[in-house]
Order: sequence, then C-alpha cells, then structure tokens
Amino acid sequence: MNDAVALPSVRAAVAFQSTASEAGPAPKRIVVAYGFWIFLLSDVVMFSALFAAYAVLARATAGGPSGVELFNQVSVAVETACLLGSSYTCGLMSLSVQARNRVGTYCWAAVTAALGATFLGLELQEFAGMIARGAAPQRSAFLSAFFTLVGCHGLHVASGLVWLAVMMVQVALRGFLPSVTRRLTCFSLFWHALDIVWVWLFTIVYLLGVRA
Amino acid sequence: MTDTLYDRAPGETPGEREEGRSSGVLVYTVGLLGAVILTATSFWAANTSMLWGPGVALGLAVLAIAQMGVHLVFFLHITTGPDNTNNVLALAFGILIVSLVVIGSLWIMANLNDAMMPPAELMRMQR
Repeated sequence: MNDAVALPSVRAAVAFQSTASEAGPAPKRIVVAYGFWIFLLSDVVMFSALFAAYAVLARATAGGPSGVELFNQVSVAVETACLLGSSYTCGLMSLSVQARNRVGTYCWAAVTAALGATFLGLELQEFAGMIARGAAPQRSAFLSAFFTLVGCHGLHVASGLVWLAVMMVQVALRGFLPSVTRRLTCFSLFWHALDIVWVWLFTIVYLLGVRA
Repeated sequence: MTDTLYDRAPGETPGEREEGRSSGVLVYTVGLLGAVILTATSFWAANTSMLWGPGVALGLAVLAIAQMGVHLVFFLHITTGPDNTNNVLALAFGILIVSLVVIGSLWIMANLNDAMMPPAELMRMQR
C-alpha cells in the first residue's frame, strides 16, 4: 500500500486540474472574449506592417515637407489626453455594465464617445491643414506612409464610435442580455487596444518625428 | 471543489463576481495616473535639451513599452496568474510577430540602402 501514502496530494492535484474539462467547454463569455483577443492581436500585426513601412520611409520626403515642419506637438498632446481619458471612462463604463447600472453605462459611454469624437475632430483638422499646405499623401513616400498609418488608426476610432452608438441602442432596447454584455466586453477590449496603438503612434511618428 | 476553474477572459477584472465596484475604479484610476505620468515624461523628454540627444530615442521607446505594460495590466487586466496563461501566450505570439515584421523590415531596408549605388553614380552609368 505504498501508493496510498502519496495518493491524497496527487488526487488533489488531479482534481484541481481536471475540473474545467469535466465541466465541459468554457462559457461563451470567455470563448467570445478570447476570440476577440486573437482578432485584436491580428489587428496589431497589421498595424506593425504599417509602422514598419512608416519607419522605412520616414526620411523619404522627396524634397517635400518633413515631420519637423508639419507636426504640432500641442495638438498631439491634446489628442493623446482625449484618447487616454476615453480609455479610462470606457473602463468605468464596463464597471457600470458589470453592476447592471443603466444610467452609469449611458453616462460613461457618452463621455467616452465625446472624447473619442474630439480626438477624431482634431486629427481631421490636422489632416486638412496639412493637405492645405501641400502636404497631401501623394506628395512624398513619407507622407503616403504617414497618412496610411495615422489614417488607419483614425478609421479604427471612427468605427469604434459607430460600434459604441450601436451598443447603446442595444442596451436601451434589450437591456443587459448576455449577448449584449459580451459585445460590450469586446468593445472595451477594442477601445483599450486602440489606445495602446496610439501610444506607439505618438512616440514613433510625432515625438521622434520632431527630433529627426 | 465547487468552483470550476475556467481560464479568465481577456479584459475580465480579477474579482468580477465577488468584489464591489470601488476596487475596480481604483484599478482604472491607478492605470490612468501611471499612463499620464509616462506620457508627460515622453513629451518632456522629446522637447528638453537637458538629456543627451542620441539617447532620447531609446528612452522614448522604453517609456512606450512601459506605458503599454500599464495599459495591459490596469486596463486590459492581463495578469501572470494560471487562469490567464492562454491570454498571455496569445499576446506573446503577437509581440513575436510584430517584432519580426518591424525589426526585419528595418534591417533589410537599411542593408538595401547601404548596398544601393548613390544616385549621382547611377546617372553617370546611364550616360
């Protein structure tokens, strides 16, 4: 009966590890969020290709304007503050969703959308100003890469705003159904991931751009 | 064993079903403060003349990596716990591919630029 001595701890370890599989597949909430996490990572890989293209072409100005002449650090700082603030309020919104608090959800979603829209407005203003000064995407390889990279991030923010509006309609019409809260979880993952992409964007494009 | 040990979903707060709301707000606020400090440091470092110029680029990259860590931990709630292994492994794979794409592109294109004939010489050859 040598086995019996070692058995209790082994049995405990086996029980500890096998509970999840014995209970069947993970709940849909976990599977959906994990699947969306994989999508986000693939989206980040796409951004990495745009970042690589920008880094390679950053000095290819073809005699046109360079980043030092074009970038305005004050507006970049305001844009960064807007996006960071909206990421924070998006987190507070997901806490309200967890607490099944409708008013809190609407309020934080409204603040998140307002900050996101301010960010997008400032970015479009910046783009319009650059194009007006002759720094359009077709001017040089540097500007093509710049507009592709920053514009792609802006497009993500714009689609996030549309998604948030749709989610608020769903909360209003259907309440906090499991399907609705799953989508809200995915939205907050998306919004936080966009902020991480922006951290690299302002570091590589704007801060390193004005030094070069 | 009454508790079923599922993995934790990405973005799920640690004690989502047990703890109250205040701790969640605290986590997000700490994350916001950390991100604000790191961002402010980045903008200061890019504009100051107090630092040794060539080192600033490296410093900005380190600050960005630190801020990415703050966002992942405090906003996306990625932890090192055993229930988070799948999330961390997927993230690690993503970071591997991103660094391969970025570093590989820069490396190849720098070599290509070095090996390329200067434009002036190229013009002379065509004559």
